[in-house]
Amino acid sequence: MVDLIAELTGSVGSIGYGLAAIGPGIGIGIIFGNGVQAIARQPEAYGVIRQNMLLGFALAEALALLGFVAPFVFGT
Amino acid sequence: MLGAVVPMAEIEPGCHLGNDFGCGFPAPDASIFEIEPYFGSFTKPVFLLLLGSLIIIIFFLAAFRNSKLIPGKLQSVGEMGYLFIRDGISREVIGKDGDRFVPLLFTLFFFVWIGNLWGIIPGAQFPVNSRFAFPVGLAITVWLIYMYLGMRHQGPIKFFTNMMFPPGMPKAIYVILAPIELISNVIVRPVTLSIRLFANMFAGHLLLTVFTVATFYLASLSLVGILGSATSFLMTIIFTAFEALIQALQAYIFTLLTAVYIAGSLHAEH
Repeated sequence: MVDLIAELTGSVGSIGYGLAAIGPGIGIGIIFGNGVQAIARQPEAYGVIRQNMLLGFALAEALALLGFVAPFVFGT
Repeated sequence: MLGAVVPMAEIEPGCHLGNDFGCGFPAPDASIFEIEPYFGSFTKPVFLLLLGSLIIIIFFLAAFRNSKLIPGKLQSVGEMGYLFIRDGISREVIGKDGDRFVPLLFTLFFFVWIGNLWGIIPGAQFPVNSRFAFPVGLAITVWLIYMYLGMRHQGPIKFFTNMMFPPGMPKAIYVILAPIELISNVIVRPVTLSIRLFANMFAGHLLLTVFTVATFYLASLSLVGILGSATSFLMTIIFTAFEALIQALQAYIFTLLTAVYIAGSLHAEH
């Protein structure tokens, strides 16, 4: 009988951060991609678009940052 | 031994790649943020915070003390900062009646910015907001302000019902939506507001430290040593410029979100 089939040693938190960065990475890409497209279509609305773009960026980025802090808080 | 992680506290002096006694890369960890206090609990971040506040006060006193109709050099710079907050953030987000919040937003922006800016100023090189207590204090202040404003402008109970039941949804959705909206507005907002600022400064400082330590660690008289050390040093410079951008951006986002929260408290969503 084998009690332990697989074991993972090392910094598991770093892997967690990698996983946590996938979603926000895609989200931030979409936000800035569409933001640049909007500016290209309507350059006179630059101020409003940039502001909302940064707002969306900040909200998506918060998830990745939670993932970044977690290994330091719950790490060994 | 190459690649082994050694805690920051246990670095041997003269730790380079390819030494006789062999020592792994001393990767910086969270311990670089724990600084010995000067006396009592008066630490470096506290000192930098007070110095930063003093710089802001002196600068804007000097800029606006003798205000003239035709501004001089210093007054022009001060007015640029003021107009950036008033026209760029307050009037765009809150509207005309947001003018009474401009002093708050103005103070928040420059307070957060100079706190972050200490991270790349030579000699200081420690972002104040990378200690969690400072962003938490700011976030609690913002939380108290927008909760108070919401209760005053919409009524203590109406504020929460407006928050939990945004109009124009099918009735059944409210079962799920109401608790989510309540948690997101009351708990998640201040938590993310503080963690966003803290984690950005924390990550930035850690990144700069990694490349600075690598510059020192790789330095030796060999091809790998010279090339690796020079590359690390170049990366330190590049990331310092990148950090300058991030620091201003985070101060802007902190102020912008504060304005958005205040605007949400003043007028319920229709």
